[in-house]
Amino acid sequence: MTASNQVVKDVAAQEYKYGFVTDVESEVAPPGLSEETVRFISAKKNEPEWMLEGRLKAYKYFTTLVDKEQVPDWAHLRYSPINFQDIIYYSAPKQKVSLENLDQVDPEILKTYERLGIPLQEQKRLAGVAVDAVFDSVSIATTFQAELAKKGIIFCSMSEAVQNHPELVKKYLGSVVPYTDNFFAALNAAVFSDGSFCYIPKGVRCPMELTTYFRINTEGSGQFERTLIIAEESSYVSYLEGCSAPMRDENQLHAAVVELITEENAEIKYSTIQNWYPGDEQGKGGIYNFVTKRGKCAGKNSKISWTQVETGSAITWKYPSVILQGDNSIGEFYSVALTKGYQQADTGTKMTHIGKNTRSTIIAKGISAGHANNTYRGLVRVNPKAVNSWNFTQCDSLLLGDQCGAHTTPYVEVKNNSSHLEHEAFTSKVSEAQIFYCNQRGISTEEAHSVIINGFCKEVFKQLPLEFAVEATRLLEMNLEGTVG
Amino acid sequence: MDKVKNGKSMLNITDLHASIGGTEILKGLNLTVNPGEVHAIMGPNGSGKSTLAYLLSGHPSYEATSGEMLFDGQDLVNMLPEDRARLGLFLCFQHPTEVPGVRMDHFMRAGLNSVLRSKSLDEMDVLKFDKFLNSKVDIVEMDRNLVKRSVNEGFSGGEKKRNEILQMAIFDPKLSILDEPDSGLDVDALRIVANGINQLRSEEKSIILVTHYQRILNYVVPDKVHILINGRIVKSGGKELALEIETNGYDNIEQSLANDQHSG
Repeated sequence: MTASNQVVKDVAAQEYKYGFVTDVESEVAPPGLSEETVRFISAKKNEPEWMLEGRLKAYKYFTTLVDKEQVPDWAHLRYSPINFQDIIYYSAPKQKVSLENLDQVDPEILKTYERLGIPLQEQKRLAGVAVDAVFDSVSIATTFQAELAKKGIIFCSMSEAVQNHPELVKKYLGSVVPYTDNFFAALNAAVFSDGSFCYIPKGVRCPMELTTYFRINTEGSGQFERTLIIAEESSYVSYLEGCSAPMRDENQLHAAVVELITEENAEIKYSTIQNWYPGDEQGKGGIYNFVTKRGKCAGKNSKISWTQVETGSAITWKYPSVILQGDNSIGEFYSVALTKGYQQADTGTKMTHIGKNTRSTIIAKGISAGHANNTYRGLVRVNPKAVNSWNFTQCDSLLLGDQCGAHTTPYVEVKNNSSHLEHEAFTSKVSEAQIFYCNQRGISTEEAHSVIINGFCKEVFKQLPLEFAVEATRLLEMNLEGTVG
Repeated sequence: MDKVKNGKSMLNITDLHASIGGTEILKGLNLTVNPGEVHAIMGPNGSGKSTLAYLLSGHPSYEATSGEMLFDGQDLVNMLPEDRARLGLFLCFQHPTEVPGVRMDHFMRAGLNSVLRSKSLDEMDVLKFDKFLNSKVDIVEMDRNLVKRSVNEGFSGGEKKRNEILQMAIFDPKLSILDEPDSGLDVDALRIVANGINQLRSEEKSIILVTHYQRILNYVVPDKVHILINGRIVKSGGKELALEIETNGYDNIEQSLANDQHSG
């Protein structure tokens, strides 16, 4: 066996480092999904009547989909059916009724975030980054709220937003991803528990990165978060989410919905580093990640940019999309998806061009190792009135080893003849020649893989905010780490 | 300090047999290179020249089946290629590989820092390396912007060769194996590459220059010339041997060898 084969094996067998469980007393709803569960969650959150009504409507719609067995099955994914009655839909660490400051947070939870590299104490905070920490079903703490409020920026948990900014939530929640959108969006709309809410007022450039860190802890629980970001006219925000979960033998479900709205001249930059537990070497356990993310460029000249680094989850089903409604608006999707072991990822984007002169860019990089399968699925739709629109798509795959798969499924629908679309794609393997060239310059085979893969991902990494680009590189290296035999 | 090693050879190859995919290519090769010497290895296509270069630098496809390769007193046979590089053995590739997305200067710094780390020396930060690199690019009259491009990607044939010599200058190896550094070069590019090599010659360093043609030896004058045919060094001599090849070709030598065998 050559050294490079050894590394490929090591890559495939790399262990998950965030797999610990936090011992914390939680308030947990009994497993199972019913109208009662929905009412329980809503009551727990002391929600107004209109929220409960919305949830119940979504729940009823979801049950009709379950009855008709309309679980989406078009993705290139294989997994045993999810039993929605086995899942815990609400789990919250017990804490005092109101949190005045972080001293009142369970020290075990604070320690958890420290171990994950996300200190919540403001004196230890990451410079210039505000964090919302979501633990199972609830938001634990949001840092820098006061400082942001001075500029009129609202950054809080979704539960708080429902209480304190009901008019905004009512106006925008479900306006981009209605509960009827798809199976998992319907489920989320019924049972979502928490998530982040950001509102950037007109003309404000958010002075720091906003971050939400999602952590699943309780056994058997699902996480159904809901994130809503609104950028008013001529505002700007850069937002990042991270996620992890303990190692468990059974699969856990994560079904989130994220909605973004940009008004005229506004810009949202949304970055994700997804590191949910991927399952063990045999493919046992891991998170089922079924996420609906969509942004609407509602105003002219507005811009939404998605950047994702997907390294975790047993199953990833995720298509961060942009509706380009305002004239001259811009949508971007930059993605790195690394699958190893028995991970499966079916991910991509949908760019819907509605306004005139709208532009979209798609750069997707899939890396597959072990027995993993990695699919890019994308749709570029240009409506008749979206004249002079432009799209560039590039989807590349890199294979490490010969047991893994890479698939590309791009769809294109153009309804006018003034638009311009380009598509590029290639599939390659890390070649022996590349490894040897690195070796000959003193670089070990393991480091060579990391150098080559980082090079492959460069166009995407350079889109990330600097400190997160470093984090993404480190995460990728960690996933590729192993000793050369 | 390498003067201490006077009298000790840089490279010592004894009765080396080697194969690729089960086919024997080198069939009992002997070669000794001393510090400060430049040896030219010449031979027709398929004689085993590149095999020798790859074998010395540790390419995983090439297997030494018997014999000995000692570099600076250390046995190379079971040594990883990166360890050979870290000890100061450098291969100037005939066909350098492209590594998309990885900047040439970053790549060189990663390599050099691996070497420094292995010697427990301080690594170079970006600023220090940039200065160091800038002090070397003129050796091969290299465009400073080229090192900011991806490794060998979109480089012309000549740029690739110059880039290899630039790396030789950066790594400052004890032993450089140059695998056809002249192939595909026009006269001007050849002069630049040869000039670069000459600047890197020294009394402590050794060079093995593998080439098909005598042309480059007009610029890089070798101390010894060896003719490699069918996996063995069949004739060794001074620089005049290369001129003999230029005039009479390899056929002539092969012919006379065949005659020798018949008469012997």
